[in-house]
Amino acid sequence: MAERRRVEKCHDTQPLLSRRAFLGRVIGVSAGAAGLAGGGYWLHGDEPMRTPEVLVRRIKDFRVAPDPLRPLMAVVRGARTTPMVQEAVEKLGGISRFVARGDRVLLKPNVGWDRQPEQAANTGPELVGAVVQMCREAGAASVWVTDVSLNDPRRCFVRSGIETAVHAAGGQVRLAGREDFVETDMGGKVLKVWPVARFFHEVDKVINLPIVKHHSLSACTLSMKNWYGVIGGQRNRLHQAIHDSIVDLATAVRPTLTIMDATRVLKRNGPTGGNLADVARGETIIASLDEVALDSFCLGFLDLLPDAVPFLALAQERGLGKVAWRELSVVHSQVG
Amino acid sequence: MFGWRTVRRVYAFFFFVLLIFFLWVTDFQHLKGYAVTLFLELDPLTALASVLTSHTLYKGLAFALLIVIPTLFLGRFFCSWICPLGTLNQVVSYLFNRRRPADAYPVNRYRPLYRIKYYLLAVLLVFAAFGSLQTGLLDPIAWIYRSFVLSVLPAIDRVAQGIFTFPAVFHGGVVVSFLFLVVLLANRFITRFWCRTLCPLGALLGVCSSWSLWRIRRDVDRCTHCLKCLQSCQGAADPDGAVRHTECLVCMNCVEACGEGALHFGLARPRSSVGRPLDVGRRRLAESIVCAVAAFPMVASSRSSRTTPDPLVIRPPGALPEEQFLARCIKCGLCMRVCPTHVLQPALLEAGLEGVWTPLLMNTMGYCEHYCVLCGQVCPTAAIRPISVQQKVGVAPFTQPVRLGTAFFDRGRCLPWAMDVPCIVCEEACPTSPKAIWYETTEAKGRDGRKVLLKRPFVQPDLCIGCGICENKCPVKDKAAIRVTSVGESRSRENRMLLKS
Repeated sequence: MAERRRVEKCHDTQPLLSRRAFLGRVIGVSAGAAGLAGGGYWLHGDEPMRTPEVLVRRIKDFRVAPDPLRPLMAVVRGARTTPMVQEAVEKLGGISRFVARGDRVLLKPNVGWDRQPEQAANTGPELVGAVVQMCREAGAASVWVTDVSLNDPRRCFVRSGIETAVHAAGGQVRLAGREDFVETDMGGKVLKVWPVARFFHEVDKVINLPIVKHHSLSACTLSMKNWYGVIGGQRNRLHQAIHDSIVDLATAVRPTLTIMDATRVLKRNGPTGGNLADVARGETIIASLDEVALDSFCLGFLDLLPDAVPFLALAQERGLGKVAWRELSVVHSQVG
Repeated sequence: MFGWRTVRRVYAFFFFVLLIFFLWVTDFQHLKGYAVTLFLELDPLTALASVLTSHTLYKGLAFALLIVIPTLFLGRFFCSWICPLGTLNQVVSYLFNRRRPADAYPVNRYRPLYRIKYYLLAVLLVFAAFGSLQTGLLDPIAWIYRSFVLSVLPAIDRVAQGIFTFPAVFHGGVVVSFLFLVVLLANRFITRFWCRTLCPLGALLGVCSSWSLWRIRRDVDRCTHCLKCLQSCQGAADPDGAVRHTECLVCMNCVEACGEGALHFGLARPRSSVGRPLDVGRRRLAESIVCAVAAFPMVASSRSSRTTPDPLVIRPPGALPEEQFLARCIKCGLCMRVCPTHVLQPALLEAGLEGVWTPLLMNTMGYCEHYCVLCGQVCPTAAIRPISVQQKVGVAPFTQPVRLGTAFFDRGRCLPWAMDVPCIVCEEACPTSPKAIWYETTEAKGRDGRKVLLKRPFVQPDLCIGCGICENKCPVKDKAAIRVTSVGESRSRENRMLLKS
């Protein structure tokens, strides 16, 4: 072991203090004592914890002004997704009606599961890629694509083919990490303050890109249910009031535009699927400004009637849209 | 012209950075055929011990010959040129164990304490011969992989996110951290304490270097006994006297330090001093072997996952039957690094003393991702076999999926069963097709007499693969209302419950 440099010996004596040194020492120690007392006074309080105030935000309304000359919903049938998407958006007034130059755009496809496109558990990558492309061409400053997945999000985005499609079209995948959730007032019947992926507070436009799927509890996963992927937290509790939760979410997030992927439809074993026998060809893309009408229209793919889907009537009561989609201006067309 | 020491430092730095790189890329996004197991495969102790337990030199473990054969000629160069834990210990010693020359001499002198590593080696090899692979407890490569995966990387991820998808929290991680820090701290008192005293791999390579021809040699005429060589000797090999070649780490510090040119690395010259053989006599060696032989049956008589299936010992997909698993797992933790959901967690005593730090699925922490087989891809010893996705989920040509266990409902905690509250999150998340969880729509009458329509879930056991996503996503957070236990696991012939499966 190393020797200490100076060794105190037993006959060493303490040097005497001069008056100056004594006063200096007293003043120094007193100042320290005063600091301690002041600190104690400053920290003293009745609360057991001091917690910083959390800023609770609200999600803004992303809708554009209504245009009575344009239809509310465009149904396009065909085999090739990209031209179908372009046609559907064109019928509603073109992408420039929804995305202005310099806008920051957020796309919300359904990327909940670690599944391949053919299994129809996630929105098709062709649709997502096409919408990114259109937004870029409309002059969007940035196009982000996000979802709060149920499986490992990195795997979901890779295996759904969406990451590749987004990158190829010039967009960015933004996955919400642990620090990326912001306390948000959903103002709903059952949903009050929930953590929401911060990207929803950082963009100008939001486009919903759902897919048509079966779901055991809510009967179907369509555009309004797709907003489950906005929130974090312990959202598995939402099943306990699933119809109210869906309507609360759809009330809190009003998107600029919704484009439904019904090219492939998961008819059974939803929302995960896994078996190609459960997937039917829908060969349809629907763009809509009314999520209730859109969801109501898509029930046809799943052989359901509106009565079996309570959240539709609840949403209509809340003024989110119209269940009887036939009463609205809907255009149908065929591409290719 | 650079000296040997500089060259050695460059090598050591390179291999250390390589280890960090391998650990960094061991995840779904970056794992693209990198040889992330290289260090584990180069490790002769893992190779030898796994040959003893399973009588085969599995695949990449043959790389260990790349270390053993040169060691027979050149000595323990692995310890100071390649071993990342050796490098780390050396750097820590260099920074925190600085002494005046007079104080450095006694620290770097050989001590009988340093024999311990040979006894440990003997005990570990005897255990391996009996089929219990315990080298991983003290193998420096397994040690540094495990310490980084379970302790250092999670700590970095805590400050700068991006290494793991989800917050990396490991069962008993604090124990790994504590031991890792204690080993580093020991360098403060004895330079390279671990390498000199405990390292069984160093002991194995020390034995191998008994026959080395190229060694550190001291010219007895030129040497003035100034002891400069001893001041920086990493292995406590007494370079100023009869050099202990079994302890020498071939760091070349002494060659650089010698002002008289009395030391060189190479073949013996006319006036070279004699070396000293291994400081473990036959008697001592026999004693430690006898102790281990006597102890093993006692240790093995304890109830453990080897003797009795345990409900919570759920092993990764592709894992060998428990006995073979324990004969191959080196506790390196690489499967836990690559697991995207962190369901793979290190055991403490759940699988018995033998199973410490072996991987378990803890479904409160994650779940087994349906289409993921990464753990088997990175396992260096195939304790988890490298299975394909097709094999795991049981699509053609495979007829059965790999089952990890079976899920059971706890109807006293399940919301629809116990509290008439709608839920079936478990059914939603169930990944099999058709789903192993199904439900019956029933009408229940609440306290106030009002009728509620409820979907009450059931498990169909022959469809359940035991992935645990139901348990993980169950809203009854602390102790889920559906839980997986190991019964029905494909790898076991005993741990079954259904006649048809």
